[in-house]
Amino acid sequence: MLSIKNINTHYGPIQALHDVSVEVKQGEIVTLIGANGAGKTTLMMSICGDPQATSGTIQFDGEEITGQQTSSIMQKGLAIVPEGRRVFSGMTVEENLFMGAYHRDRREAEMTAEHVLALFPRLRERYSQRAGTMSGGEQQMLAIGRAMMSKPRMILLDEPSLGLAPIIIQQIFDIIEKLREEGVTIFLVEQNANQALRIADRGYVLENGRVIMEDTGAALLVNEDVRKAYLGG
Amino acid sequence: MTETFLYLIQQLINGLTIGSTYALIAIGYTMVYGIIGMINFAHGEIYMIGSYITFIVIAGLLGMGMVSLPIILIIALIVAVIIASTYGWTVERVAYRPLRGTNRLIPLISAIGMSIFLQNYVVLAQGSRDVALPPQISGGWTFGDPSVFEVSFSYMQALIWVVTFVAMTALTLFISRSRMGRACRACSEDLGMTNLLGIDTNRTIALTFIIGAALAAVAGLLLGLYYGVVNPFVGFIAGLKAFTAAVLGGIGSIPGAVLGGLILGVTEALTSAYFPSEYKDVVSFGLLVLILLFRPSGLLGKPEVEKV
Repeated sequence: MLSIKNINTHYGPIQALHDVSVEVKQGEIVTLIGANGAGKTTLMMSICGDPQATSGTIQFDGEEITGQQTSSIMQKGLAIVPEGRRVFSGMTVEENLFMGAYHRDRREAEMTAEHVLALFPRLRERYSQRAGTMSGGEQQMLAIGRAMMSKPRMILLDEPSLGLAPIIIQQIFDIIEKLREEGVTIFLVEQNANQALRIADRGYVLENGRVIMEDTGAALLVNEDVRKAYLGG
Repeated sequence: MTETFLYLIQQLINGLTIGSTYALIAIGYTMVYGIIGMINFAHGEIYMIGSYITFIVIAGLLGMGMVSLPIILIIALIVAVIIASTYGWTVERVAYRPLRGTNRLIPLISAIGMSIFLQNYVVLAQGSRDVALPPQISGGWTFGDPSVFEVSFSYMQALIWVVTFVAMTALTLFISRSRMGRACRACSEDLGMTNLLGIDTNRTIALTFIIGAALAAVAGLLLGLYYGVVNPFVGFIAGLKAFTAAVLGGIGSIPGAVLGGLILGVTEALTSAYFPSEYKDVVSFGLLVLILLFRPSGLLGKPEVEKV
């Protein structure tokens, strides 16, 4: 479904990604793990065309999306839950959700919103509250809900567990699995490697902008090097 | 009622009239700043062009023998808004969009260049002398004791109040309720994220310029009729005043721009009423300095938070 081949991405003179290739098949949960600064977020954002990869190709659903504008890439059935959530803090929960369904018919979007609120009852309680006044966990739920609002076939999640309490993290991972059951393909970037690999079909390890390992989630979980570097022994 | 009190009322009426037009222009500065973080120094020129178009249309329609003033004004308003919006859109497209993503100073310099260009273009096309239009709306209400002091509230002032109020209400409804208005707010909070939701932010930015220019054209019509005279340089000083109003109220905040405009207008009116009128700019810019010293983000502005 998503096929990234040999992309290189630069920030000015600094090269952040070197010949990265990643494949995500329909219906899979694929996890990308790596340390801080390894280039995980850069890879996510390169898929969205912000920044553009300087070379290599990215295909989504068989269509070449490399070099296209971010706003048109994000209309093709792809949605992102970005690093740091980036909810619109001055807008209400309702307004945030419907920003995710900007190009959809309001009535159809209402139905999706109903589905999101069923998954995240907390958001229903806070429906008319401004997003900036909510807790980190609630904002993360909102960011996921907003991504769901466009009815995407694939969701990119960038460190959804960052800075959240363990009980909330568990809820977030449950939701991710639920999304997959609904047929949404998931590409997940995480530092919380343990939990992320546990729900993943396959995983990639990124180090200094290069993919150094690729295997099934289960195999990576027991891999000696991965255990040492990312799972605390 | 005493003379002093009636005199004060008169100055407040005058101040709020001018202030509300400052507010209209200031909204254009503040919205553009809110979304792309740049000061559109050519905005005052858009206002000036709006004034010129109003004059040309009114003179033309009167020349054609049209007599109904309301219809003339409505046509002038529509034409001025459409043409000024086209200018606003074009300026963004030609002078700012190609520079987006560069150092902040570069679009600013481009804006100053655009301002000089538009001013001189109007000088060439229309001449640099004052163009006058006979008063179209005369008369008004008066109250107070004629033997003490008579307060006058002209129909022209009333028109300015009403039109400004309607324009601002329409803008508020648009921004808070409509789908595109929400996109504008989303852009001003996080342009990149709005893009990541599949929204073409270039269009939203263009729309912001169009709205700002349309409101400036409304101000151009109102002030043009109020003063009855226009020249190619009125945009500079009006732009500076409106920019001051936007900063005073907190740049990026629409209610702030309105509040800033009204405060500035009233301050000017009161200063010219009780001191030699040359002091009015000294006091209003002095007020700006004071507010920036104690509230650097303006009256209703949010302090800038470093994003990590």
